[in-house]
Amino acid sequence: MTFSEWFDMGGYALYVWGSFGMTVLCMLIEVLQLKRGGETLRQRIARLNRWENAQ
Amino acid sequence: MPSNIFQFSSPATFYPLAGRLVPWFSVIAIILIAVGLYMSFFVAPTDYKQGEGYRIIFVHVPAAWMSMLIYLVMAGWSIVGLVFNARLSAMMAQALAPTGAMFTFVALWTGAFWGKPMWGTWWVWDARITSELILLFLYLGYIALIGSIDDRRRGDRAGAILLLVGVVNIPIIYFSVEWWNTLHQGSTIKMNAQTIMDETMLVTMLIMACGFWAYSIAVALIRVRQIILQREHHASWVREIIGDQA
Repeated sequence: MTFSEWFDMGGYALYVWGSFGMTVLCMLIEVLQLKRGGETLRQRIARLNRWENAQ
Repeated sequence: MPSNIFQFSSPATFYPLAGRLVPWFSVIAIILIAVGLYMSFFVAPTDYKQGEGYRIIFVHVPAAWMSMLIYLVMAGWSIVGLVFNARLSAMMAQALAPTGAMFTFVALWTGAFWGKPMWGTWWVWDARITSELILLFLYLGYIALIGSIDDRRRGDRAGAILLLVGVVNIPIIYFSVEWWNTLHQGSTIKMNAQTIMDETMLVTMLIMACGFWAYSIAVALIRVRQIILQREHHASWVREIIGDQA
């Protein structure tokens, strides 16, 4: 079986890749958002600490 | 070190414990999902009826399972939170909500992408599909509700009550294919009868489901740590951990 035959999924390429693609995309977005959110949160708390230490 | 399990219900004790659990569940999730994806495309045989199109089942069913399981776990945490007035329980429910909503969306999306080639339509107002859509609204409603109440304790209580009222939807989703004549097919995995599915297909689906389960735990633990930091940012232990450089 060639790659393009496999990719074609017996004519169901749009549906199979549309499903698996969206699933992977959603999980990746969730992980990236969490990572970014965590960094922002740490920066905010550190800024708050600096501000309170300065008081 | 805490001497009994109840001490883990303190956010300050749970924070480092959750941090130690994250890598384990992440590694399990990555391995299981990688194996599951490989089996989905290279090991599981072609279906005699739906050809290659049936492979959508390997993400559709595990996502649908997780959408219901996560809701039940959140409802369980809500009961614990209401009965014991434990703050951490509400944080656990809150941490699971976005992941539950994500899997509900994925179940609906992959369902549409499976329905189109097999039934000829992206969407029908069928009992199974409609109740799953209501589940998505319950998740979004819960997230919006707790986000809109400034008083944390009141927000937690309101969220817990919403989750418990909405739990009635879960058996409706689960049994919809038996209770009503639906376009959606019946359960592939039956608890009280022999499963009519090729063994390789079944194993692939279960591996994927376990992968999604581990993923959900890893992501929820990371998120609950952020929620703890956010809610306890005034506490001295948080200030010590974060420091003033970042």
